[in-house]
Amino acid sequence: MNEYRPDPDALLAAIQKGEARERRGKLKIFFGMAAGVGKTYAMLDAARQRQLEAVDVVVGYVETHKRAETETLLDGLEIVPRRKVDYRGTSLEEMDADAIIARRPQLALVDELAHTNAPGSRHAKRYQDVIELLEAGIDVYTTVNVQHFESRADAVRQITGISVHETVPDSILDYADEIELIDLSPEDLRKRLAEGKVYTPERIEVAANNFFRIGNLTALREMALRLTAEQVDHQLQDYMQVKQIAGPWKSGDRLMVAVSASPFSEKLIRWTRRMAYNLEAAWLAVFIETSDTPTPDAKEQLAHNLTLARELGAEVIIAAGDDVADALLRVARQRNVTQIIVGKPLRSRLAELLRGSMVNRLIRVSGDVDIYVVKGDELERQSIEWKVGRFIPQPKIHSSLQQYALALAIVATFTAVDLVLFSQISWVGYQVVGLTELLAVLLIAVYIGRGPALAAAFASAISWNFLFIDPRFTFQISQAHDVILFLLYFLIAIFAGNLTARLRTRERQARYNADRSMALYALAHETATAVNMNDVLRTAITQIAKVFDADVGILLLEGDRLAQDYHPSSTLKIDTKDHSVAQWVFEHGKPAGRFTDTLPQSPVHFIPLRTPNRIVGVIGIQLRSDSRLSYDQEVLLETFTSQIALVIERELLDEAAEQAAMLRESERLFATLLNSISHELRTPIAAITGAASSLRNPQTINNDVASGELLSNIQDAAERLNRLVENLLDMSRLESGRLKLKRDWCDVGEIIGVAVKRLESALGDRQIKIVIDPHLQLIRLDFVLIEQVIINLLDNACNYTPPETPISIEAQQRQRQVEIVVRDYGPGIPEADIERIFDKFYRAPGTAAGGTGLGLSICRGIIEAHEGKLIAENARDGGARFTIILPMIGEPPPVQEVNYG
Amino acid sequence: MADGLSVLIVDDEIQIRRFLRISLEAVGYQVHEAETGQQALTRTAQLRPDLVILDIGLPDMDGFQVLTRLREWTTTPVIVLSVRDSDHDKVQALDTGADDYLTKPFSVDELMARIRVAQRHSQPQPETPIFSVGDLQVDFAHRLVTLRGKPVKMTPTEYALLRLMVQNAGKVLTHQQILRAVWGPEYVEETHYLRVYFAQLRQKIEDNPAVPKLIVTEPGVGYRLVVS
Repeated sequence: MNEYRPDPDALLAAIQKGEARERRGKLKIFFGMAAGVGKTYAMLDAARQRQLEAVDVVVGYVETHKRAETETLLDGLEIVPRRKVDYRGTSLEEMDADAIIARRPQLALVDELAHTNAPGSRHAKRYQDVIELLEAGIDVYTTVNVQHFESRADAVRQITGISVHETVPDSILDYADEIELIDLSPEDLRKRLAEGKVYTPERIEVAANNFFRIGNLTALREMALRLTAEQVDHQLQDYMQVKQIAGPWKSGDRLMVAVSASPFSEKLIRWTRRMAYNLEAAWLAVFIETSDTPTPDAKEQLAHNLTLARELGAEVIIAAGDDVADALLRVARQRNVTQIIVGKPLRSRLAELLRGSMVNRLIRVSGDVDIYVVKGDELERQSIEWKVGRFIPQPKIHSSLQQYALALAIVATFTAVDLVLFSQISWVGYQVVGLTELLAVLLIAVYIGRGPALAAAFASAISWNFLFIDPRFTFQISQAHDVILFLLYFLIAIFAGNLTARLRTRERQARYNADRSMALYALAHETATAVNMNDVLRTAITQIAKVFDADVGILLLEGDRLAQDYHPSSTLKIDTKDHSVAQWVFEHGKPAGRFTDTLPQSPVHFIPLRTPNRIVGVIGIQLRSDSRLSYDQEVLLETFTSQIALVIERELLDEAAEQAAMLRESERLFATLLNSISHELRTPIAAITGAASSLRNPQTINNDVASGELLSNIQDAAERLNRLVENLLDMSRLESGRLKLKRDWCDVGEIIGVAVKRLESALGDRQIKIVIDPHLQLIRLDFVLIEQVIINLLDNACNYTPPETPISIEAQQRQRQVEIVVRDYGPGIPEADIERIFDKFYRAPGTAAGGTGLGLSICRGIIEAHEGKLIAENARDGGARFTIILPMIGEPPPVQEVNYG
Repeated sequence: MADGLSVLIVDDEIQIRRFLRISLEAVGYQVHEAETGQQALTRTAQLRPDLVILDIGLPDMDGFQVLTRLREWTTTPVIVLSVRDSDHDKVQALDTGADDYLTKPFSVDELMARIRVAQRHSQPQPETPIFSVGDLQVDFAHRLVTLRGKPVKMTPTEYALLRLMVQNAGKVLTHQQILRAVWGPEYVEETHYLRVYFAQLRQKIEDNPAVPKLIVTEPGVGYRLVVS
């Protein structure tokens, strides 16, 4: 049974594909072997059919090529106006994807999927617009010819001799829910052509003699049929995967393509992708970094190649090694690769003899791994030579011509100096010359590279023989030991040059790796220790700016939307155009802007900050050099951005957790508050209601004593209610953080005086001892709040001590702080409660009714807002003692007598 | 008794209006009511009350606006009602031209005292050369201050302060009003002058300077010389 069970990962992937498809619009491709088979006609026909089924259909872009029968089909279909683009004085028309999305039809018709948009459009290619429509949930019907598929473009050119410039990636087929092949026999197509149904009369002949030859058409037809068959096969497999029908599961094949800095690699990559697709196999693209320094052009081509591979679905690996064949095999073994695809070397026979063929070596040592050698072709070869200056064999990068020229110039200089010394100074023999030349070779190996060093070794050996070894100015060597010397020189130069260059590469690579690890470590470390979002972002921006020499901006989320402006730590300034690019990146989760196919005219490269769950922002990067990032830089940047995204997510989650905790805490407080105050509120209300109703009774009114007592009962209850409300208000102001101190220069003695006077009635006949230090300076306080603290403390003292005991208040200055002590001579605070009396709603057990449990909590809040301290303790000789310590900040300004002069 | 003086009560709370009406009518005032700022303005113009009691929190416009509009054409005394925690409102009301304020909740006794003071200050004051409150006597003509018959030595500043407070006996004066009157308009921010000189003054004229009874501090607002 087991062998019939589908691979769970594959199953999941198939289901996810299905889910993604449900949200997305459906794509139907009308597919043909060449122009004129009737794709547009078939598409319009199908669309009209849907329209009859009450589907909302619009025409996004249809080119009828003035074919009458096609044009009649357009009648009655709504056409979304095209977008006009001015390009170098001419006005071009493009499909307006935004207008279609705004119109929200169920189905849009888009002709010519492979079309290249006018420069300045958001996307380079129309298929990207189509993907956007699909993602907006709009179904799309589109048309495309087989020659436009990237993987077939080469084959088409080989068959027809016509280069195809407008291509779509094969991966567009993954989006397709349905493919309809519009098939026509080549003879019928030629007949249609002759009848003028495809091209206008003046073009018929040219077309018929070139592209539309029977041979070409047959080949294209085969290609179209095959592509359709492949696609149908895939759909069948997806179906079987989901339905758990036992069948041919994915093969165990794993392909690996060797990528170099050559434009030819593109073809290899496409070839491999196609093969992997047909084999249902995973595939890797591998670049082997050798000791040779690539030119900037080569670097760019390499980055392009590796990006292409990644876009086509390969896993990209960069490995180091001087022997490309060995390194390739090492990676192949590590990754269980079954087939390796390499380019066929196009170098001359001589070069192959001299340097050995990597391909031959690879084949010799490959063991059980199959090797495919794929040929590059002449046309591309020319373009390679034109572009890089000389052909670059697969898969090695070599130094540029300038580097070779420099190496030979150094050898020439050394030789010239040696010539002078040799002729002028008698003891400078040809051996000394030989060793100085050797030195030159080593220097070249260290500072320039291996290739130039080998060339220098070769050149210097020849010149040494020719210019210095007897007989001079011939290539002959007369003495036997000179022959040995010469041969040894040659070998040593080559070995030493080789070794030195190799060491240098290792060192460079180690340094690069160390730099990369350091940069990542720095980012990880700094962001891990950052305490808040601002710190995190500032660190991230600084690190990226440093490592990539770029200006950086981060756009975070504000609610569910992207912020209007960069985070303040950013070094970039936003403008509306940039923001719309960033917005696109945010909505689609794909990079855009500079160096991408989407909105490349923007100077800033935008990357989504993506976490497994969502997109938390967009980062914009503008390289100061404005050159494309190399592939490893791109990978590093990706690592950076995902790290930053994770840290931002962490911060966002922290904030959310904090808010949740605060909410929980405030809910808890709210519950406690309700419990505590409902009783406190009801008691005075009950007293007031009771007393008032009693006073309505004629008997009570006539009893002066009773009514007097009831009236004072009402008054007391109302005062208690008032105190409760004031406490609650104070507490809520303190809690909400909205408490703003109104600091002013105050006389502490005056505050105490006011507080005591306010409590006159509560204090009654109680003895109050007030001692104020006569040298007490003015201090900056919030008069009303500190007065409130003293009132609360005095009130507490009154409530918790017998009426006959005194209360004392002392204020004195100790250095730069003022100490106010409120003490009573009552029973003191139970030791167990000392720590808890400042808690909200805490009331010492067994205390009299009437308090809220808020007074002391409010006091401490106010004193702490003044950066002071409130300490509760029991005095040694009995009674509770509360000490307020307030720091004195600044000297009170001088005062001035009135001047009546 | 209040000899039929008329009072306009401006408050949107019917309970407050009712309790004020009953209390004031009981002692002989003639009481009118207004619920909104607009009503307050028209009623004041129509009825020409002798005194207005104005709540700062009104539904249609705030009390300050009413006060400003009133002060454009009338000097009728206005007593403002406000709540605790709004010292700023009290100061603003006083500086806008209110004669006094009361903090809710307040007792009728306090209200009556304020009304009497405001009423007195709105009348043309007979030029009394000697003022006395409790044991304190101030002889303006001779610039002489005596406490229980004994002369008290004063600096010019202390005397200027005391004279201002005495001239406005019973009324609250804001910090700014005092500073402007005694030191001059450029000193209105120097509230610490007041802390220092009132402390000195209290040392000289109060029985118990730690708990002053004569010149009391109105926290966050100003000072008041208590008459009754």
